Amino acid sequence: MVTVLLPGPLRGEAGGASRLNVTAAGTLRAVLDEMAVAHPRLARRIRDERGELRRYVNVFVDGEDCRHSGGLATPVKDGAEVQVLPSVAGG
Amino acid sequence: MATLLAIGTAKGLFLATSTDGRRSWEITGPHFPMTGVYAVAVDTRRSTPRLLAGMTSSHFGPSVATSDDLGASWDEPDEAPVAFPADTGVSLGRVWQLMPAGPDEPDVIWAGTEPSALFKSTDGGRSFELVRSLWDHPHRPQWEAGFGGQAVHTVLPHPRDPARLLVAMSTGGVYRSEDAGASWAPGNTGIRAYFMPDEWPEFGQCVHKVARDAGNPERLYAQNHHGVYRSDDDGRTWSSIADGLPSDFGFPMVAHPGRGGVVWTFPLVADGERFPTDHRCRVFRSADAGGKWEPLSVGLPEGPFYPAVLRDAMCADDATPGGVYFGTRSGSVFASRDEGDSWSTVAAHLPDVLCVRAAEV
Repeated sequence: MVTVLLPGPLRGEAGGASRLNVTAAGTLRAVLDEMAVAHPRLARRIRDERGELRRYVNVFVDGEDCRHSGGLATPVKDGAEVQVLPSVAGG
Repeated sequence: MATLLAIGTAKGLFLATSTDGRRSWEITGPHFPMTGVYAVAVDTRRSTPRLLAGMTSSHFGPSVATSDDLGASWDEPDEAPVAFPADTGVSLGRVWQLMPAGPDEPDVIWAGTEPSALFKSTDGGRSFELVRSLWDHPHRPQWEAGFGGQAVHTVLPHPRDPARLLVAMSTGGVYRSEDAGASWAPGNTGIRAYFMPDEWPEFGQCVHKVARDAGNPERLYAQNHHGVYRSDDDGRTWSSIADGLPSDFGFPMVAHPGRGGVVWTFPLVADGERFPTDHRCRVFRSADAGGKWEPLSVGLPEGPFYPAVLRDAMCADDATPGGVYFGTRSGSVFASRDEGDSWSTVAAHLPDVLCVRAAEV
């Protein structure tokens, strides 16, 4: 089981939940793919139609920014915590 | 009968409603706060008017939502309403235009996007499909991006012939279809592209906005990146109608929806000086299809005025007499209920106004 932590602006797309449990593990891509099945609108806020992370969305796997650890191929072990955070952007 | 004025801004959608003949306005919003609302439409072809909004979050990307209760509630599909197919290898930047088709196609909505593409909905704007013929056009690799991005910002269906359709993009220019979008040909003859080595290319112009005449649908008006033009042959060829304007630079071009020959624009000094001409807040109107222009400023701010009006931030309603509206990058919105003769303030201190659309509902 992997826990996905959601930021406030995205909780409305997950029925108000601040965290979701996902059974998939292995890679970050697999975790996000499974989350997309139950929460497609949440998923497209995080990744575009190519499946790429949106530029101003950051995802941390056990505290490490996935952009520095393999991107969507970042390994995600059972029991890991995946945190989605909007980056510092906007005017 | 109420009048609804939808105001898309850089930080959400505001809805202004008037029930007293467009004298006063009640405003709700922001709907979709902290999103840039570049496209909005009021589809009055349906028994219940439908609002469509194209919004883009700088964090969470673009989407399109609809409302069948005049904005009291909004519905956004689970699946992305506008998305590029996987084989294109690109993703949607934003929706720049949402345009209901003609009366013969009540469920068709067109969407113009960044990157430059056209999408078609046949379910009233709930889902859209890429128009492959334009995407696969051999000119596409040569379409460039302007400062605002590379986008199809204008879609003009023909009111009586569903087979005919015109799009405009920056940069790229005007493209026309006479077979319901199966094929496309550039329609830029006579439009100057001073920023290219060949100033009269087949395509590549930076057309800012095109409007279709109400009385004669073969007649079109274009505000170009320097240059104001009219076409009398459905966009094949163009001739200048800039004489009489204080500048040929600007962004919006709006045609009266019921009276042929009447158009409004908001000139700026120049490409390199994007302030209203003479630093005054003035709309310019022609009542003879661009032969003569007159400044309109009664009721508008009298002092020095610097904000620009963006390409979709001016519109007309479908009432009689016609209403005209525009919003500024400084967040002011002005309305006229006498075709521009006089104006009043609808709203002030909003975020930058990106688009406005108005209709009787």
